[in-house]
Amino acid sequence: MNINFTLIAQAIAFAVLIWFTVKFVWPPLLKAIETRQKEIADGLAAAADGRNALEAAAKKSEITLTEAKQKASEIIAQAEKRGSQIIEEAKGNAKVEGERILAGAKAEIDQEVNRAKEGLRAQVSTLAIAGAEKILRKEIDAKAHSELLSKLAAEL
Amino acid sequence: MATEHATNVQQALTPSGYIEHHLAFNAKSLGEGAFWTLHVDTFAMSVALGLVVMGLVWLVARKATSGVPTKSQAFVELVFGFIDDQVKNIFHGNRHAFIAPTALTVFLWVLVLNSMDFLPVDWVAGIVAFFGGHHATWRAVPTSDINTTFALALAVWFLMLFFSIKVKGLFGWIHELFAAPFGTPKLFMPKSVMGFIGLIASPLLYLANFAFNMIEYISKPLSHALRLFGNMYAGEVIFLLLGMWAASGVAWVLPSAILGAGWSIFHILIVALQAFIFMMLTVVYLAMAHESH
Repeated sequence: MNINFTLIAQAIAFAVLIWFTVKFVWPPLLKAIETRQKEIADGLAAAADGRNALEAAAKKSEITLTEAKQKASEIIAQAEKRGSQIIEEAKGNAKVEGERILAGAKAEIDQEVNRAKEGLRAQVSTLAIAGAEKILRKEIDAKAHSELLSKLAAEL
Repeated sequence: MATEHATNVQQALTPSGYIEHHLAFNAKSLGEGAFWTLHVDTFAMSVALGLVVMGLVWLVARKATSGVPTKSQAFVELVFGFIDDQVKNIFHGNRHAFIAPTALTVFLWVLVLNSMDFLPVDWVAGIVAFFGGHHATWRAVPTSDINTTFALALAVWFLMLFFSIKVKGLFGWIHELFAAPFGTPKLFMPKSVMGFIGLIASPLLYLANFAFNMIEYISKPLSHALRLFGNMYAGEVIFLLLGMWAASGVAWVLPSAILGAGWSIFHILIVALQAFIFMMLTVVYLAMAHESH
């Protein structure tokens, strides 16, 4: 048990070591560890956020998909309706057109018939004269009897 | 355990001479009187080991990254976390400013100083004899020098006083010396004769408090220093006795070596445990200094 100057020397060495640790050893280690802890905590929080965002996005996409499907079916129904409408319209138009064409044709036919009748009338008188000429062979004054013949033609 | 050199010493010295030789410090006189002596071995060993261990930690701490740590950083962080956890449980102030780094210093330094006990005593003596001649002495374990343990304990003691006064103020600290732990006398109307005696005697509480605190302030550094010193000194003496036993005859070499190995293995526990206890007491004392009553 000999206490001597060694005690003071050792105490000084101890003080220097403590100072060194307080100043140079502890702070960088503490900083590294605390930064890492913070980074890990942030990373976990970010992961949780990402998971939540993913869930929200999935929900949103589902809603959008449903809406799109609904809209598509609406459009299809509308198109079908419009299609049948167009067909009906076309049918109507066709009918009207057909009737019109039919009416035109009928009118034309009537016209033709009339024209033919006119032609026939004109020819009948000639034929009748020719026939009468053949029958009578004699001089029959065409001019004198034309009145009678045209009367006859009108009666046809 | 190197028995070869022990045999040489045995030839030159008596058994008590062997022990005395191994327990003598490499003392250097610095001036008049017994106090002005420096144990060169203790001082050189502790300074060198302190520089090595704290330097190694510093080399890792300097390049410490918050990213993926290297293996050496992971190891240093393991020690860091261990010390930090211990301090966190005891001290509830800003431990990073002073107390936790101090605890790290105390633990690592005392641990390496204690670990010098694992060096075979006669190897140390042999190396020193090789360089310094037969009469040269060298004590390898600085913590088995009472100067070291008292230097640390008294440094902690002064830090205790410093933090006590810093936290409570000089007046607060002096007040606490006399007012805690038994409390202060209260004025009351005595209802009986005994009550009256109690009122008269109650100022004695100041005396009791002061005496109690004085005992505490004296016992703390004593138990702090002597616990470590006692353990390490006893461990060293056991090694020396085993070495001497091996030197007393060829037949004893093997049993001595086996016992020496056993004691070394057991000593791993003591070395680590005493370093841990010394660190814990340091933290407890400094934490107590921060608490007001």
